[in-house]
Amino acid sequence: MATASFVAAADRDALVFQAEGDWLLATAAELDRRLRALELPSGRQVVLDLAGVERLDTAGAWLLKRTDNELVARGNAVSLANVRSNLAPLLDQVWTHGAAQPLPHPVPPHHTLAGFIARIGEVTVQLMRRAYSITGFFGLVTETFLDLLRHPHRLRLPALVAQMETVGVNAMPIVGLLSFLIGVVFAYQGADQLRRFGAEIYTVNLLGIAILRELGVLLTAIIIAGRSGSAFTAQIGTMQVNEEIDALRTLGLNPIQVLVVPRVLGLMLTLPLLVVYADFMGLLGGCLMSWASLGILIPTFLEQLHSAIGLWTFWVGVIKAPFFAAIIALVGCYEGFNVARSADSVGRLTTQSVVESIFLVIVADSAFSIMFSLLKI
Amino acid sequence: MQTPPDNIVIRVHGVVTRFGAQTVHDGIDLEVQRGEVLGIVGGSGTGKSVLLRTIIGLQRPASGRVEVLGRDMLHLREAEQRELEQHFGVLFQDGALFSSLTVAQNIEVPLREHIPMPEPLMAEIAATKIAMVGLPDEAGDKFPSQLSGGMRKRSGLARALALDPDILFLDEPTAGLDPIAASAFDRLIGDLKAGLGLTVVMATHDLDSLFAICDRVAVLVDKKIRVGTLAQHLEDPHPWIQAYFHGPRGRAAHDVSTQQHAPIDLASQSLAG
Repeated sequence: MATASFVAAADRDALVFQAEGDWLLATAAELDRRLRALELPSGRQVVLDLAGVERLDTAGAWLLKRTDNELVARGNAVSLANVRSNLAPLLDQVWTHGAAQPLPHPVPPHHTLAGFIARIGEVTVQLMRRAYSITGFFGLVTETFLDLLRHPHRLRLPALVAQMETVGVNAMPIVGLLSFLIGVVFAYQGADQLRRFGAEIYTVNLLGIAILRELGVLLTAIIIAGRSGSAFTAQIGTMQVNEEIDALRTLGLNPIQVLVVPRVLGLMLTLPLLVVYADFMGLLGGCLMSWASLGILIPTFLEQLHSAIGLWTFWVGVIKAPFFAAIIALVGCYEGFNVARSADSVGRLTTQSVVESIFLVIVADSAFSIMFSLLKI
Repeated sequence: MQTPPDNIVIRVHGVVTRFGAQTVHDGIDLEVQRGEVLGIVGGSGTGKSVLLRTIIGLQRPASGRVEVLGRDMLHLREAEQRELEQHFGVLFQDGALFSSLTVAQNIEVPLREHIPMPEPLMAEIAATKIAMVGLPDEAGDKFPSQLSGGMRKRSGLARALALDPDILFLDEPTAGLDPIAASAFDRLIGDLKAGLGLTVVMATHDLDSLFAICDRVAVLVDKKIRVGTLAQHLEDPHPWIQAYFHGPRGRAAHDVSTQQHAPIDLASQSLAG
């Protein structure tokens, strides 16, 4: 394979630029370097002699065209000579389109103080808009619920039961296992600290109050947000992409009633049950760990637990569950409806839905804590 | 038509493709000659795209042989595969542009991967390709989501042409384009084929494309393939082929193609969709 090269020679009054060898993508980098190093004349007659060019592709043709462009820009009269017939069509192609100049790639905006402040403003406005829009969605769903109270037969019972199965029954293994493990870890850590005071038995108090009041419900809500909230967004979002939601509307069905109500109601009914189950599994884990590491027997554990907690300790946890469920389901469905008609927005909004619902659940949990402390429960 | 065997760039022999219990292809033989435009047609579900994917090596047939540029596609080593892939470009149905990259960056992906070269030269080559597929210069800085369907296809074509391939595979190149954009795209393929000396294999539903630019047509019927020129297919007594080429749309496309390209000349001015 002949290497690409060129010779610049003076021939009477014309400068001859002889190109030789393979002008291909593979040799383009080398040719480019040498062409750029070339000192170009100005105001002369220049002949591009392509007699020696054996093979040519778009990259090579572009390099020739670029040289031609630069020569013309310097006021030279340029002509092509000895073009092989098999190369002519390609040269034609590139010559007609060869005026193209690459655009600089978009530069990211500079990080200035003004830009930073503008960004804060932008994000704040966006946040307010979202809050406004999600409140609107909440209103829409509430209205549909009220409508259902007047016309209970419009409730889609099969859909509701199916949702309860997927979000509730099918979540039991993971919720149970994680709660059990958290109970184990908590009992172990608590015992380790309290043993220094000789107060190992209070591990039971710690465990009971922490799991029943906070951990059981919070942990379950977070698992469900990741498991079901994301699924709601993905399901409704995919339907949005496929125009299924629009199809529902044109068929005279209310998408909120068909899609959102069963999900919200299903989750609100099942999450409290899951919390009770998580509480039980957490305490079971703690109980077994106390027995294994502290030698607290199960009857002693139950007796201590009984003295440590009241009925309200349990209810304080469970009461929060339907609220958390509503947050998770509403955010999940809302983000699903926000999906634009592209597959990539499904993924983006699914992530966003999980982050948002976990955030809101924790905010709501702290609001509950304040409320309970004011009520002295 | 007698052609020397070294002029055959793709050779498919006895390919059988199955999905579960369903047989899509039952013994397909196909030879593609250097420099021709071959159209693959067939009803929905007859496996046009599947055949294309089998030739490219994205789909493994249950049995049979596929040779591209004299290499056995089914028994390639990794390095050979990479080498061979530089010799063909593929335009997927909706362009399959990488959504996180601009059009110019999309075109630079294969360049960056296969051929070391300085950034400015790479940007120049990308800009040349963008101009060659008939996109405006500023399209290079746009993201795929900002482009119309026709522009996405042209960008996909520019990326497929990035390495100056010998063979170009097109999957439904005109599907989803309006008629003006579609005929402009046909002309573009014809021009590029002439200019770059490409061999083109396209799966299509578009009868206008077939009449406008295809040298030969492969028809998938009854899980087999029938290859021939359009004139030969027009004579074929098979009922599906008769219905396909002699249906109202087939006749209309045939009439247009025999009237020289005068009526669609405005297409060259318009930038797809």
